[in-house]
Amino acid sequence: MEFFLQQTLNGLTLGSVYALLAIGYSMVYGILKLLNFAHGEVYMFGAFAGYGVLTLLGGPASPVVPVWLLLILMFAGSMVVSSGIGVAMERFAYRPLRNSSRIAPLISAIGVSFFLQASALFLFSAGFRTYETPKLIDISTGVTVGPIHVWLVRVLVIVGTAVVMVALTLWVNRSRTGKAVRAVSFDREAAEMMGVDVNHVIVVTFLIGSALAGISGVMTALVFGRIFHFMGFIAGLKAFTAAVVGGIGSIPGAMLGGLLIGMAEAYTTGYISSTFQNLIVFGLLILVLLIKPTGLLGKAQLVKV
Amino acid sequence: MPESSHPPETPPPDPVEGGEAPTGIGVDEWVARSGESDQGYRGLTAPARRAFDHLAPGWRLAIAALAAATVPYLVKPGGVRIAIGILILAMLALGLNVVVGWAGLLDLGFVAFFGFGAYFYAIVASEQLPAHWPTWIALPIIVFFSGALGVLVSLATRRLVGDYLAILTLFFSLIFVEIVRNFQRLPFVSEDLNLTGGPNGIPGVDPWDFFGFTINTFNRHYYVLLALIVLLIIALHNLSSSRTGRAWRAIRDDVLAAEHMTMPVNNLMLLAFAAGAAIAGFTGTIFAAVTVGVFPTSFTLVFLITIYSAVILGGSGSIPGVLLGALVIGYLPELLRSPRLAGGLFYFGLLVALVLLIKPRQRLVAVLGGVVVFGYAVRLVAAAIWPDAITGTAAEGFISRLLDGWVLILGENVRIITNVAFIAAIAGALAVTVVKGWWQVAVLIPTIYLGILVWENRLVFQPSLTRQLLFGALLVIMMAVRPQGLLGKKRVEIT
Repeated sequence: MEFFLQQTLNGLTLGSVYALLAIGYSMVYGILKLLNFAHGEVYMFGAFAGYGVLTLLGGPASPVVPVWLLLILMFAGSMVVSSGIGVAMERFAYRPLRNSSRIAPLISAIGVSFFLQASALFLFSAGFRTYETPKLIDISTGVTVGPIHVWLVRVLVIVGTAVVMVALTLWVNRSRTGKAVRAVSFDREAAEMMGVDVNHVIVVTFLIGSALAGISGVMTALVFGRIFHFMGFIAGLKAFTAAVVGGIGSIPGAMLGGLLIGMAEAYTTGYISSTFQNLIVFGLLILVLLIKPTGLLGKAQLVKV
Repeated sequence: MPESSHPPETPPPDPVEGGEAPTGIGVDEWVARSGESDQGYRGLTAPARRAFDHLAPGWRLAIAALAAATVPYLVKPGGVRIAIGILILAMLALGLNVVVGWAGLLDLGFVAFFGFGAYFYAIVASEQLPAHWPTWIALPIIVFFSGALGVLVSLATRRLVGDYLAILTLFFSLIFVEIVRNFQRLPFVSEDLNLTGGPNGIPGVDPWDFFGFTINTFNRHYYVLLALIVLLIIALHNLSSSRTGRAWRAIRDDVLAAEHMTMPVNNLMLLAFAAGAAIAGFTGTIFAAVTVGVFPTSFTLVFLITIYSAVILGGSGSIPGVLLGALVIGYLPELLRSPRLAGGLFYFGLLVALVLLIKPRQRLVAVLGGVVVFGYAVRLVAAAIWPDAITGTAAEGFISRLLDGWVLILGENVRIITNVAFIAAIAGALAVTVVKGWWQVAVLIPTIYLGILVWENRLVFQPSLTRQLLFGALLVIMMAVRPQGLLGKKRVEIT
């Protein structure tokens, strides 16, 4: 029972991270019908930005500011860097291709992903780095739930993700821009004719999606420690799987899918073997696609000709 | 090449054209080419090029093959090895061209089929099992199973639209590498049977051998590969204009229209996938025999991107284009390997890009002059306030030594300064595509300088990193500037 709870907690943490990442995928896909392969790289740069802020402010052992302020600054820094990269990516790599064939933006996205990875290799070199979070927040602090002890950082990740998701849902449903995002995602041409500034909506989408990816990157690094130039690739794929499983284009779907994938991975690692991790995730994706190609919460879209 | 040639702005999007539901009638090559026949060639080479245009495709192939056949006599023995690498890349690019260029399916699992063929051959022709199947039996079996695997993978994605296909095949690539790396023992069959060799791969693979004629030297490999490629090109050329080839291009251009013309869209996609997989698997057997071993690291995404770069650069859909792409992309890493040649390539590329992109002559002169002056100014300032900045040693080679007195070759803090310069150069290159007029010149001058600074201090020593940057940027730039590639045919949207 204790082991099961532990794995569930692992799954929740991992799932939170994937969910945040999957939202960005899903939002971009909903609006542009574009698979943004480079989304994982944005997440990786977010994690490195958080590391940069941490190092600038004295490192985990002896930070010059209070820990809570340091964490806020790390998240802020990563959000700024990530959203900057995301918006630049949209502006320079995807916008020129908006009216070309379906395959062109996909290839461009692969190119961006490859380029960003190489840039990270150039900037940060190939080694692993770690946040050394236990020095920052003692591993014994936290809350006790039944038989297990939950480290404060994990609580922070899970609660933080929940807060971000609620805020995002409110924003999408209530705010003017949020409504515009939904409108464009539903039918771009019709939205444009109703006077929605489509370019603005697309930029906002990339901004928010990338900022969430940045948050997700810092969270991953806080909990799981290691960051490296290749980390975004696999995480991006998993998050994409989460987005598809949940129903691509749907924000609640991305959240649900993220949690599902996280859980599946944690239980696989805990009960079978970590070797099968990717195989299980892949199998889950194929299964969902074969049974319900629109994903769990996605709606079938009719193509008008 | 982040310094100078980032995508220029395309005209603002046509509001009627949606992303998802094409409202145009379709895409057509012929319409796009209608204006071409009026423009003749100019310049000294015009008669030769006109004559080449009038040659039948068979003669062109014969000329190219003869030229390629002389290569082993012209280069050093090491050069033949490079040429074999290029031929293998060309063969893979031809195979990928069937899937991506003709049928328009984004197959990111292509490299796994290549790996499948290589591993299959290595397992049945080495001490691994041990088994030593005769080559003439192994080859057809491997080609058949590669194609069958392609059918299986595409069956799983049968109901899915293009994007899902891309992601599933990408997963397939990853899973393939994971399987060969981790499953050296079959978990439920036998604990002693080491199938893939795990991370160590399989060494000591048999060479090809046809009834006693062993293909075991570089020259033999080269000529066999060349002959096979010529056969493949002939087959693909005929396939391209056949009923199936035309149907593939029809579904690439408009699936819905093709379906309404009663084309069996799903079967055609399956066939394209299987054909690509079979070619990849076949190439894999050659690769395993040439490298005398297979290792998981040969079949990673880096190599997939390399094949894609070749197809996209040359022009997806065009056989000569794809071959040209493979030649350029295959030879590039070899050039980058030596700092001397890499430097030449870098500055030549920079110059060509500037000449092509900056239109009025005086502006070009202003940029070049500005860069030179800017460099000396930076050097003077640096020498005055921070003498450490010029204490490094330049890379070898004529150009680098020439530039030693001009660009800063950093001694200390080279890492952090070049990092900043790298980011600034990319930002500058992106900015150039946005600003207009003389502002462009003003942004270009520091951008080029920073690019050269980063190149001379860091990139020239890191060929594999440079290659990655280059291929990534290449895919993005090609898609924005010339999606049809160097030799591909332009298609226009008819509305």
